[in-house]
Amino acid sequence: MEHTSLLERILRGVALTLVVIFFMFPIVWIFMMSFQTNETILRIPPQLIFEPTLANYTALITGKLMTAAGTLDIAFMRNLWNSVFLSVTSVAVSLLLGVPAAYAFARHKFRGSEDIAFTLLSFRFAPALLVLLPLTLYFQKLGLANTYIGLIWVYQLICLPLILWIVRGYFEDIPADIEYAYRIGGHSWFATFRKIALPLAGPGIAAAGLLAFIFAWNNFVFALVLASADKQPVTVGALAFITSSGIQYGQISAAIVLSITPTLALALYAQRYLVEGLSLGAVKG
Amino acid sequence: MSASALTISGVDKFYGPIDRGVHAVKNLTMEIGKGEIVALLGSSGCGKTSTLRMIAGFEEVSRGTIAVAGRKVHTLPPVRRNVAMAFEGYSLYPPLTVRENMAFALKAARLPRSEVDAKVASIAKLLEIEDILERYPSSISGGQQQRASLGRALIREADLHLLDEPMGQLEPQLRAVLRGRIKHFIKERGLTAILVTHDQTEANALADRIAVMEGGVLQQFDTPDRLKERPANLFTGTFVGEPPMNVFEAFVGTAAGRINLRLPDGLSLDYDKDAFSAPVRDQLLSRERVVIGIRPYAVRRSKEGVPARVSANQWLGDQTHIAADFAGGSLVLVEHDRTRLDLGAPINVSIDPKNLHVFDQASGMAISHGMELA
Ligand SMILES: Nc1ncnc2c1ncn2[C@@H]1O[C@H](COP(=O)(O)OP(=O)(O)O)[C@@H](O)[C@H]1O
Ligand SMILES: [Mg+2]
Repeated sequence: MEHTSLLERILRGVALTLVVIFFMFPIVWIFMMSFQTNETILRIPPQLIFEPTLANYTALITGKLMTAAGTLDIAFMRNLWNSVFLSVTSVAVSLLLGVPAAYAFARHKFRGSEDIAFTLLSFRFAPALLVLLPLTLYFQKLGLANTYIGLIWVYQLICLPLILWIVRGYFEDIPADIEYAYRIGGHSWFATFRKIALPLAGPGIAAAGLLAFIFAWNNFVFALVLASADKQPVTVGALAFITSSGIQYGQISAAIVLSITPTLALALYAQRYLVEGLSLGAVKG
Repeated sequence: MSASALTISGVDKFYGPIDRGVHAVKNLTMEIGKGEIVALLGSSGCGKTSTLRMIAGFEEVSRGTIAVAGRKVHTLPPVRRNVAMAFEGYSLYPPLTVRENMAFALKAARLPRSEVDAKVASIAKLLEIEDILERYPSSISGGQQQRASLGRALIREADLHLLDEPMGQLEPQLRAVLRGRIKHFIKERGLTAILVTHDQTEANALADRIAVMEGGVLQQFDTPDRLKERPANLFTGTFVGEPPMNVFEAFVGTAAGRINLRLPDGLSLDYDKDAFSAPVRDQLLSRERVVIGIRPYAVRRSKEGVPARVSANQWLGDQTHIAADFAGGSLVLVEHDRTRLDLGAPINVSIDPKNLHVFDQASGMAISHGMELA
């Protein structure tokens, strides 16, 4: 532990607090808004003291949105389920395809392997809107438009390059001799991949999976264009809160809180695992 | 040494395209008998590790063939070559303890639990790592990791054990103790081992035969004694032996029935014609220039010798190393007594023709060793 003076520590504490407040403020504010009605939210000046209400959450969960103009049906819970389903399945498919591919790219250099890997990465450079129009046309022809399979397929554009490139780096960091030591002991190539490479790259695979999950979860534009109401994730579903009789800030806030909860929970859970994995850093020696 | 444990024929290794990449091993041919311990000795970068990795199957053989126990293996995957290896970089599995690392090597053999435990215990005792069996590789020292890695190789039964600098990280005392034990272990079980090292003491102590490599080329493959007494060329002559052999260029001349080897600075080693055997004399006289080599132990101080001047004098506790300015270069001699000589003191040295190694001036190949032709 390096030595730091008291003053230094105080200054550092203050600076950290400021940064945390700056970044946390919108989230805290949204959290508070989710327990207020539209009237208290729109009061000027805004007030920190209010009477909390669960009405927003009830509306979301029951699917009945009360507005000045009457009752609206919303499919928020359905959207939330779509988000979970689409993200989890996409990441799972990406891991299944991407991890072996990453291993191949890391361990077997062949003519053009670098080019192929880069091409896969370049999918991420393409502006989504540019890809979307031709994709929509193809999908309609193929009957993939507005299907889960079609969406999961398109989500590979988001998840696969990410997983491929991150995990490849982790595989490259494992000294090849550790695998050789295992193979020479009479184990096949596949057993080595499963028993040595996969566990050693575990933290990296988890990190990549988490990141891919967040990206998939936050995706908006693919789902907006390619899916109709019953297949849409929360990001698109939130549009429903902009009603003819005004914007439902309370419900939007509650929806945001509900929709960031799974990612947050996953991140917090994975964090423990990731830190544990980092202590395996000795591998790189 | 009945059957052949390893046959390497005409093996080349290129990193990168054949004939254009780094040429790490050049036309290597050698044969190792069953039960032999062979040391690959050479300076860093001479191709020792590359050779070992080709035998194990981690590097492709660019040209030539390798056979283990009579089976051609150079196209087989490592799994099917039945060799064990201790890696230069240890390469232990980080998530496993030292004990598990060693036991893991036996997994493929499917031995009962009790037998595995017994084997691990005996190897751990041999290598003095019993107290760290439950530790993880990241929490033990380099020397301990090295021993664990060596243990992981020795614990296996295989046609061939490849040990890449297995004791480089150990402190000298431990190294000396382990050398003896490992040699005994290998011999007792009749294993065949190839040991890579750049330490000639280690090669001498462990190996039945030593393969000296330089620049990817096998220079000489012989017993430790013969390497010292009959170096095949100037490289082995100067590389093997501590302190290194003294070498000088000499012009061969004859005068009044004597042979003189004229050295720079107007010095000359004068010998009676009959001091050399007939074949050696013929060889000498057929040439104008040669390179002569003399082991430091073979240089004697004597009243009537050739003059030299002391430039350094070191007592090593059991012998004295004296360096002297001689014939435009430096001459090292070793004496077993503590010799007190001041810097700059004049001495006279003489060299018995029986101890003279003669090399061809152009090719560096040995011509004669003492009274015998090379
Ligand atoms: N993977 C590699 N790619 C390119 N060159 C290599 C590689 N491995 C070794 N070399 C080169 O081959 C030569 C022999 O290396 P190596 O067999 O490791 O030598 P040693 O074990 O005797 O020190 C060196 O010049 C080294 O730089
Ligand atoms: Mg080496």
